[in-house]
Amino acid sequence: MRTTTFWLLTAAVVAAVFGLSRYVTNDYYFFAAYLVLQYIVLATAWNILGGYTGYVNFGVAGFFALGAYSTVVLHKLWGPPIPVLIVVGGIVSGIVGLGMGYLTLRVRGVFFGIATLALAIVIQTFITNWDYVGGSRGVYIIRPATAPLVGNYIEYLFLVMLILAGMSVAIARTVEHSILGFGLATVRDDEMAAEASGVPTLRLKLVATVLSGALMGMAGAPMPYYVTYLDPASGFSLSYAVNAIAMPLIGGTANWLGPVIGAIFLGTIEQVATVTISSALNLLIVGVLLVFFVVVAPNGVMGMFQSRTRRGDR
Amino acid sequence: MSGPLLQVAGMGKRFGGFVALDGIDLAVERGERVGLIGPNGSGKSTFVNCLSGVLRNETGTVQFDGQALNGLPAYKRTRLGLARSFQLPRPFRSLTIAQNLRIPLVYTVNARRTGRRLTEAAIGERCAQLLGVVGLAEKADRRPSDLTQIEMRKLELARALAADPKLLIADESMAGLSHSEVDEILVLLGRLVDQGITIILIEHIMRAVMSFSERLVVLVAGRKIADGLPQEVIRNPEVERAYLGE
Repeated sequence: MRTTTFWLLTAAVVAAVFGLSRYVTNDYYFFAAYLVLQYIVLATAWNILGGYTGYVNFGVAGFFALGAYSTVVLHKLWGPPIPVLIVVGGIVSGIVGLGMGYLTLRVRGVFFGIATLALAIVIQTFITNWDYVGGSRGVYIIRPATAPLVGNYIEYLFLVMLILAGMSVAIARTVEHSILGFGLATVRDDEMAAEASGVPTLRLKLVATVLSGALMGMAGAPMPYYVTYLDPASGFSLSYAVNAIAMPLIGGTANWLGPVIGAIFLGTIEQVATVTISSALNLLIVGVLLVFFVVVAPNGVMGMFQSRTRRGDR
Repeated sequence: MSGPLLQVAGMGKRFGGFVALDGIDLAVERGERVGLIGPNGSGKSTFVNCLSGVLRNETGTVQFDGQALNGLPAYKRTRLGLARSFQLPRPFRSLTIAQNLRIPLVYTVNARRTGRRLTEAAIGERCAQLLGVVGLAEKADRRPSDLTQIEMRKLELARALAADPKLLIADESMAGLSHSEVDEILVLLGRLVDQGITIILIEHIMRAVMSFSERLVVLVAGRKIADGLPQEVIRNPEVERAYLGE
């Protein structure tokens, strides 16, 4: 399928989902769906670096919270509309991704993972001690009474996140099928051989890190309007990193569909468990499912379907 | 352009207190077939890694095709026309054989400022042609894990060739192969020489080195101890001592 066809198809799916949502009257479903969509963005973003190049980023919460806190700052300064906040959140996280990448992408494996985790902690410490954005007390965001386009604010947030999710998936798929995607695959397979074949590995990894970080920041930007109260403990919650890594691993990291399947599957289970059993159970479910998949289907749901045709790949 | 294709002067590399390369000088002319031998641990692979930019040599200079290579990352050296194959084959395992060859075509040949950019169709043609040269045409859509040892070595060479190099450094591309397989690779290398590619062959199999090389260089413990006509070099007492002992 051509890239333009895929973008059009994604747009059609987004429009269809939004159309169907007009028949939903219970606000709760929008709250729940927003979170699932947010995880589609985060999982897809993580996979652009983690799945395509094999560099495991544990600092998801850092990028996500950067987007959220960019919104807090802008909200206090001027209060621009959400699309602007998303763009700014993406730029801030993208720039931090570039800086982090430049400093850490020369190291591989566990060292890179630790460096990204450290970055998230550094950012959290900085935010916790920055009084303007609420410090450790947190900050209240009063959202406008009415929203553009759809009137109801939660439905508006749902629409925004739906478009963002569609965009992320289309971007991930475009990257995957481009020359860049092939280059990233060689980085994952064998970096030294990639260099010997003329692939500028550091530059490609930086592009992936910026793209991945920017999308995470964009996912975080509407967050303050969604929760209306943001503090560092929730903005930098461990569950973002755990979920954003677990979802692609469960769905499959080799292509764009894996993170989407993982996010919908795991995200829905978590939402159902939150209302039926307990909200504290979420991470336990993630953990158990992750262990299950690592043992039974190491290449994720997608890998289970492909294992017959591509047996013996790994 | 005049002057040697590759000119290495005083190359030195240490790992901590261990001197891996100690003042290596080497000039390779265009179209030359150079064999590089030495006992295990003599610094052959370190030498290749310094030439190709995987490692940084602390001292000395490398001139390639009239350009100083010092400090250039590996991918830029490949783009300048200095390709290498690896001692242990390092294919891109998640890509098909044909896609493995696409990578240097897209990232090296098309990234060069000089010359035309290959169209998508031309890339496919060149892939098929290279696969034909090394005899892997039937496996174009398979993955490296389906290949035998010699096929892996051929893929390794084909990928290096896809970068359209001026100089090819073949690092032990015959190790572990059978007698007839060695001959196959030799025929392949001979054909490349005919196409005007300069080759440095690093090898332990003396039969192969002696039949291929028109000049033989010997490294022992990080130093170059001999450089000249193969028949004279192997009669050199120092070389005999390095290989056979006192």
